[in-house]
Amino acid sequence: MKKIIFSVVAISCFSLCIFAKQGDTPASIARGEKLYQTYCLTCHQKSGNGVPHMNPPLVKTSYVTGDKKKLITWVLKGSTENIPIDDKTYSNNMPAQNYLKDDQIADILTYVRNSFGNTASAIVPADVKAIRAVVVK
Amino acid sequence: MKKTFFHFVLSTLLLMAANSLLACNNDSLKTTNASATPKPDADNAGLKLPAGFGALVVAGNVGEARHIAVTKEGDIYVKLASLKGGKGIYWLHPKSDGKVDEKNGFGSYTGTGMYVKDGYLYASSDEEVFRYKLDGGDKVIDPAKPEKIVTGLVVRHEHEAKAITLDNSGNVYVNVGAYSNSCQEKDRQKGSPGIKPCPILDSAGGIWQFKVDKLNQTYGTGVHYATGLRNVVGLDWNSDINSLFVMQHGRDQLHDLFPTMFDDKQSAELPAECMYQIHLGSNCGWPYIYYDELQHKKILAPEYGGDGKKTAGEDAQDPVVAFPGHLAPNGLLFYTGSMFPEKYQHGAFIAFHGSWNRAPEPQKGFFVAFVPFKDGKPSGDWEIFADGFSGLTQVDSPGDAKHRPCGLAQGPDGSLYVSDDQGGTIYRIMYSK
Repeated sequence: MKKIIFSVVAISCFSLCIFAKQGDTPASIARGEKLYQTYCLTCHQKSGNGVPHMNPPLVKTSYVTGDKKKLITWVLKGSTENIPIDDKTYSNNMPAQNYLKDDQIADILTYVRNSFGNTASAIVPADVKAIRAVVVK
Repeated sequence: MKKTFFHFVLSTLLLMAANSLLACNNDSLKTTNASATPKPDADNAGLKLPAGFGALVVAGNVGEARHIAVTKEGDIYVKLASLKGGKGIYWLHPKSDGKVDEKNGFGSYTGTGMYVKDGYLYASSDEEVFRYKLDGGDKVIDPAKPEKIVTGLVVRHEHEAKAITLDNSGNVYVNVGAYSNSCQEKDRQKGSPGIKPCPILDSAGGIWQFKVDKLNQTYGTGVHYATGLRNVVGLDWNSDINSLFVMQHGRDQLHDLFPTMFDDKQSAELPAECMYQIHLGSNCGWPYIYYDELQHKKILAPEYGGDGKKTAGEDAQDPVVAFPGHLAPNGLLFYTGSMFPEKYQHGAFIAFHGSWNRAPEPQKGFFVAFVPFKDGKPSGDWEIFADGFSGLTQVDSPGDAKHRPCGLAQGPDGSLYVSDDQGGTIYRIMYSK
């Protein structure tokens, strides 16, 4: 009996890993929502609207729904500069989120790109991995 | 019956005529009349106030109104956080009904500080402090040519507002906020330790004192008046005891950065937003400690080895008032008028901008609070004075609030003015028996 349970668990884990790697979008969004609550919500708020002048909104923001590379780079490196986002600047620093794993960042960004009224393509762990290799030394 | 009706109509008409005559008279005496107290709006400008108080909307859509100053004529100067019509400062002139009917914009820079004293208007950008000479009617003589009295202040992205106030001896006090949450090696980065000594404190995280009448003063020519203050936006000089008081914005993100020590609820309440009395050389302890208003103790910051319980900061001042966390005190004003009842005289009003760092808990603030004072010391508990700015029963996110209180000023008749940098409204709160 123990053996069977072990095999079932092992197979489930294995298939979950495969799914995650293949970027199963609805599942990724669901995982991303939980991770968002832990790592992003305080600053960007539950609504994704951010905080006026301080933390940028994620709602229909070109940085969020646009170029994947730019978005992944921003998350991995953070930002301490006054870079305008859709013509507005925000004063709080964004910490680098490079302690998160590739699949976690992929899930969070897939969630953000498909929530708050946003619709954009999913981001998969391989996207994050490729950019991490370039931007994080 | 007909006669009575006729009499009624006649007297009503006579009253109306008298009223309109009075109104004409009022209009022709614009400047002197502004100090007469007008009637509040029927809905008190949407505010909840103590009994006997009323409020009116002086102006709407003025822009992102940070700090304000009211002249002896009852005109209002407003500093904006973003340019409106290409201008960063507006002069507003209310009619006898208290509503603005004339305005003028000038200055092409944004910022927070705005103060009128002894024939000058003082204004700050995020790097400099300017002053404009006023004429006998308190109008700026040359809006294009202010004197630059302070220059080269640090602005590095975070806590950039340079709030200002003046004493009665020719000095201006300028806040330089710390460009950091808690002086970690990497700002707001989980696991990044606090730097000791914190290098930010050499040029930020404190109050600097400058002369009001000297040009181009810098850190080198100013006085490093107080340190260990993370960020101050509301500050005022208490003339009863000749002392500076400031409101500090306490640190953020205890739960995000230390989830095993603080849960969401603790992180929403802690640390306190503190009022400090400031002397030359004051140290309020940031970033090494924060004030816990539930334990009534100075607690070692977790970035510096704290665990939410260990006390520290024996060399740091205690606050004179400790408010709940993250309410964002952006305006402080000691009431020197006589319009408000005795309880309010000499007391402190604080404009709370409202929190963001309480998420996922509901946000708090978005009100003007009051603390009674006697002989320069708090003489009772703080209370909410004016509420309802947000227009919501619960604020989940500060962007949802319709209005956010920011600056405070006192009018010549003792009315209290409140600015709002979200909806762009200027409020006037008045008392009538």
